[in-house]
Amino acid sequence: MAAPAEPLPPVIYTMENKPIVTCAGDQNLFTSIYPTLSQQLPREPMEWRRSYGRAPKMIHLESNFVQFKEELLPKEGNKALLTFPFLHIYWTECCDTEVYKATVKDDLTKWQNVLKAHSSVDWLIVVVENDAKKKNKTNILPRTSIVDKIRNDFCNKQSDRCVVLSDPLKDSSRTQESWNAFLTKLRTSLLMSFTKNLGKFEDDMRTLREKRTEPGWSFCDYFMVQEELAFVFEMLQQFEDALVQYDELDALFSQYVVNFGAGDGANWLTFFCQPVKSWNGLILRKPIDMEKRELIQRQEATLLDLRSYLFSRQCTLLLFLQRPWEVAQRALELLHNCVQELKLLEVSVPPGALDCWVFLSCLEVLQRIEGCCDRAQIDSNIAHTVGLWSYATEKLKSLGYLCGLVSEKGPNSEDLNRIVDLLAGLGAERPETANTAQSPYKKLKEALSSVEAFEKHYLVSITNGSQGRTRMAQCHGMGLQRVAGRRKKSPQKAEIYLQGALKNYLAEGWALPITHTRKQLAECQKHLGQTENYLQTSSLLASDHHLTEEERKHFCQEILSFASRQTDSPGHKIVLPLHCFAQLRDLHFTPSNAVVHVGGVLSVEITMCSQMPIPVYVEQIAINVHFSIEKNNYRKTAEWLTKHKTSNGIINFPVETSPFPASQNNLPALELYEMFERSPSDNSLNTTGIICKNVHMLLRRQESSASLETPSGVALEDGAHVLKCSGVTLEPGANRITFRTQAKEPGTYTLRQLRASVGPVWFVLPHLSPRVQYDVYSQEPQLHVEPLADSLLAGIPQKVKFTVTTGHYTVKNGDSLQLSNAEAMLILCHAENRAVIYSNTREKASDVSLRVQSSDKVTSISLPAAPAYHMIEFELEVLSLPSAPVTGGDSSTLGVTEPHRKHKDTQKAGYCMATTDHKVSIDCPWSIYSTVIALTFSVPFRTTHSLLSAGTRKYIQVCVQNLSELDFQLSDGNLVDTGSSGDLQLVPLNTKTPQHIYSKQSVFFVWELKWTREPPPSLRCQFSVGFSPASEGRLSIPLKPYTYEFQVENFFTLYSVRAEILPPSGTEHCRTGSLCSLEVSITRLSDLLEVDKDEALTESDDYFSTKLMYEVVDNSSNWAVCGKSSGVISMPVAAQATHRVHMEVMPLFAGYLPLPDVRLFKYLPHHSAHSSQLDADSWIENDSLSVDKHVDEQLDSGSIKSRGSVHSASSSEHKGLPMPRLQALPPGQVFNSSTGMQILVIPSKDDHVLEVSVT
Amino acid sequence: MADIPTENELKFHYMVHTSLDVVDEKISAMGKALVDQRELYLGLLYPTEDYKVYPSHQSPCVESTFPNQLCRYGYVTNSKVKFVMVVDSSNTALRDNEIRSMFRKLHNSYTDVMCNPFYNPGDRIHSRAFDSMVTSMMIQVC
Repeated sequence: MAAPAEPLPPVIYTMENKPIVTCAGDQNLFTSIYPTLSQQLPREPMEWRRSYGRAPKMIHLESNFVQFKEELLPKEGNKALLTFPFLHIYWTECCDTEVYKATVKDDLTKWQNVLKAHSSVDWLIVVVENDAKKKNKTNILPRTSIVDKIRNDFCNKQSDRCVVLSDPLKDSSRTQESWNAFLTKLRTSLLMSFTKNLGKFEDDMRTLREKRTEPGWSFCDYFMVQEELAFVFEMLQQFEDALVQYDELDALFSQYVVNFGAGDGANWLTFFCQPVKSWNGLILRKPIDMEKRELIQRQEATLLDLRSYLFSRQCTLLLFLQRPWEVAQRALELLHNCVQELKLLEVSVPPGALDCWVFLSCLEVLQRIEGCCDRAQIDSNIAHTVGLWSYATEKLKSLGYLCGLVSEKGPNSEDLNRIVDLLAGLGAERPETANTAQSPYKKLKEALSSVEAFEKHYLVSITNGSQGRTRMAQCHGMGLQRVAGRRKKSPQKAEIYLQGALKNYLAEGWALPITHTRKQLAECQKHLGQTENYLQTSSLLASDHHLTEEERKHFCQEILSFASRQTDSPGHKIVLPLHCFAQLRDLHFTPSNAVVHVGGVLSVEITMCSQMPIPVYVEQIAINVHFSIEKNNYRKTAEWLTKHKTSNGIINFPVETSPFPASQNNLPALELYEMFERSPSDNSLNTTGIICKNVHMLLRRQESSASLETPSGVALEDGAHVLKCSGVTLEPGANRITFRTQAKEPGTYTLRQLRASVGPVWFVLPHLSPRVQYDVYSQEPQLHVEPLADSLLAGIPQKVKFTVTTGHYTVKNGDSLQLSNAEAMLILCHAENRAVIYSNTREKASDVSLRVQSSDKVTSISLPAAPAYHMIEFELEVLSLPSAPVTGGDSSTLGVTEPHRKHKDTQKAGYCMATTDHKVSIDCPWSIYSTVIALTFSVPFRTTHSLLSAGTRKYIQVCVQNLSELDFQLSDGNLVDTGSSGDLQLVPLNTKTPQHIYSKQSVFFVWELKWTREPPPSLRCQFSVGFSPASEGRLSIPLKPYTYEFQVENFFTLYSVRAEILPPSGTEHCRTGSLCSLEVSITRLSDLLEVDKDEALTESDDYFSTKLMYEVVDNSSNWAVCGKSSGVISMPVAAQATHRVHMEVMPLFAGYLPLPDVRLFKYLPHHSAHSSQLDADSWIENDSLSVDKHVDEQLDSGSIKSRGSVHSASSSEHKGLPMPRLQALPPGQVFNSSTGMQILVIPSKDDHVLEVSVT
Repeated sequence: MADIPTENELKFHYMVHTSLDVVDEKISAMGKALVDQRELYLGLLYPTEDYKVYPSHQSPCVESTFPNQLCRYGYVTNSKVKFVMVVDSSNTALRDNEIRSMFRKLHNSYTDVMCNPFYNPGDRIHSRAFDSMVTSMMIQVC
């Protein structure tokens, strides 16, 4: 602080402003105290409690101490705050009452009066006590000091208005204490004064603001008032508060402008609407732009002036607050706002003036910020300044356009005039920047001076304006390059730049910018003479739907004219990617399975969607085909063809979505898998998550250098196999093009490249994806013969299908199949046989008649002429003769019956048809070898026979069982004795009418056997029956009857067995539990016959007898046989010889009980020498089971045993002991006349248990 | 980008494109500070004075139908999908809150589109519901 002794002239509007405190009284005293005072006052902060609920603040107070003068006191109505004395202090060191009364009191009174006159209440009286002085004076009243007097006189209520300062210049604790008390008092008083005066001021200001709707109100006046407040806050270092004042002003003004726009105009605002004459930008280097302030004060400021001034103040305060970035942000808002406000207020602005103003302002702000920050700070906060830079760039650009600085020829005279006008509006450079080399003023001036300088500056601002903003840089850069390119200066650079931008747009999929950039690129490339690139870009543009039809046509025409022009170097080709010219939509093979035989014609139809706006004549469209010999031969066969029918032979190609080429589509799909990690100890789930298995693919660094549109990858393939189609005109939209080719070599052909040539320009699609291929195969001729039904039935005509697959062999007229006939199989020749010729794809080609000629040995089928790779199908009827003497007979008696007896378990399931195989050898015209074909026929019937007896009368029953699925008609059942003994007579007991035999059913035939002489021991019979399928009415050929041969042995009845049970004597009925007698009588019916001559026969004196064993068995446990149940008898071989056996049996149940069985066996003696005659009972007991079993079986099966000895032999063999053998009598020889008889058994009386068995 | 005269479409594309820079800037600026990004609204990206179009190859000047300044607002979803809204800045009826709610509506509608199982992410959105929502929003604003 300078010497405060002299009252300083109030210097306002500098940053050094401090609140004014006036000093009255003893000036010398004050001078001596001042240094300490000014030093001590700001040392400690003081809390400032504020009105209106504003937050209290700690402030450090400083003051400007000036000598009290009456002029300093503000007049009524003066609103100046800066010059306002906030506190008045009266200094005195009077300690003498006399002196006080004489001078000081008067002086004080005068001072007080002046203050009162100006209604100033902020005052303080300081009494400095000095011990040294005190001591000299002796007449000091100890009680009433000067201080008390002063308090008494002046501070009638506020005694604290008088402060004592003791020994201020000494260094003692008392001094310190009094200083502290004084300073606190001083600060408090100052703050109180602030609060009071500022509060009053603010109230006044508000009152003024409320009057703003009144007509005479002026914004400028109000501005000055509120700014005063701001100044005070600034003075008190309360920059925040100061800024608030300006922001309020800003908002108020903005609101007015907006209201004006809404039609609510204020009078004072019209003043701001005066035309803009000066556009020299913001001035931020001075804290207060007095020039502008005066303009505002004089109400002469334009809108720009006001805004500039306001912003410069805000900027200053913000910089004080260390918020430079807010300056940048606010500046940008301000500039935009100003431009908008000028428009809103319809202020007339010369063209370009605003651009200049904005440009200058931007640079000014930027430089101001740079001036108060270091480089590092700026770099890290680039985001804040970049907006300003880009705005400046924009403005510079528009200036460039305005002034012809970017036109091809440079500025013309009109442009130059405009430049001069614009520069004039800038006025002279301000003195404070005159010495700076890089001042905004100089920059703008230079930029407008020449084209080169403009470019230089433009480039600088672009670089600055797009730091960290790549897209913006591209956008601007393209603008620059367009500028440069237009003037043909550096199209090379421009091209690179545009490519870069294009890549970016493509990656992000910006359709319109892509188109726009390509357009510029095309222009560049045309200049540069990059034919290939130009044509490619042209083709892209021609297919671009964002362009107008005319533009597209233009680019298309460019390609076409190039194509027609280039003739000088005929070999030269320009290869362009196809996708921008036309798109392959789908591909269709005919035949649809894309498999064709050698020599066959394959047609490939493709749908190409032309992207060109006009029809384009394409000289040739070719598909390159890669040939490989297929290893998998199966694919080529006809079976494969019929089995693998492709859907429809159409292969669709995915439509390329051009806007998103790189980023999304090229990446492989995520392969995500679940992952569970379990702890090894207790298998509980530890972690779970999702794993991406193809991370290496996805996170691979994107090839940054690979351009998206370079045709580099397109390599022409030259292969021997090419599908061609010439002279096609591709209309815009879908076109169908058909290629035809004749298949030559067998193998697989893969379609690789598609290319369309327009003159020397080749549009190439390097790869067809998905993979498309067709196969060519060759096939050997083949013959297949197969039954039409599941199985062929013997005996009736059956259809057999012949299929001739011609393969590579062409069937000529006269070719025939030679079938060597099998003996038992006939080939039935009808008058008319039809053959159908199919193509390989099962399409019916023709239907011709077939000629079949049959001779003894050979059947010749003359094939119809058929081309290669066709199929001839025809059906023939064959007939397997059912009863060939050997096969048929054998199979039924031995082949069928015999094995079944051996394997009991197969017997039940064994009703399968007997089969016969017939082998046919066929000579085919294409081969020197015969083809042997086996046909299996099944015999539809199974026949069994049985012998039935009634005493001595004999019957033969034949059972025919139909095993097939068909129903048959049986007729003419006949049984013939083939044993040549004519005295035997077979009397049929059957109906004469044909009989229907249903599927799986049986029919029985019975004949009675009659003889006149002694019958032969065996009888050979042949059963024959005619049959025909029941469904078919008449058959063309007579069918052979079904025959069955069999032999019946020992059919003559030798013995008759008769059993009878008699109730115990004296009772009428048998009773359970009581013994009954069983009488068995065995009667010989005939004399000695041939059949009796065996080992059992013994002869003694012409008297023959044979040994028989009888056995009584009751299998159903109805009877208990008491005593011997079996025995051996010697039976005389003479008619009517009878042997009776008596036995005791006991019925076990009541009711009608069947009699127990009585069986007879032949008892054959053992041959061995020491054949010890064993007790028959003992071995019978041992072996009875095995014997029984056989007998049962025999009876069950109901068939006659021809070689019965087998069983007894086997049964005796396993005993290992020399034993007599038993031979069961054949059932035909024994007639049990009591079979089926029953006898009534009544329950015994004491039997109270009633047994009921329910089955 | 509906309701835009075609001659301006390109410019709007560029404008939106460049404003993505600011979006990126804002995200990277706040990315570290706000780990929990509940706030998706980025606020005013930056105002632009709609530069009067002076197409060099035509006589000046084709007056833009958007008379004044344009404000772009940005909004980034949690999955980094960015919405940019360009608003005529002379439209004072639009306050921050309205913009915010518009974005929220847009986001909801966009989420619905994404939930459509027949929609392939990355394709152009062809959704009647979405279109009508956007149209209604634009009508409401204009």
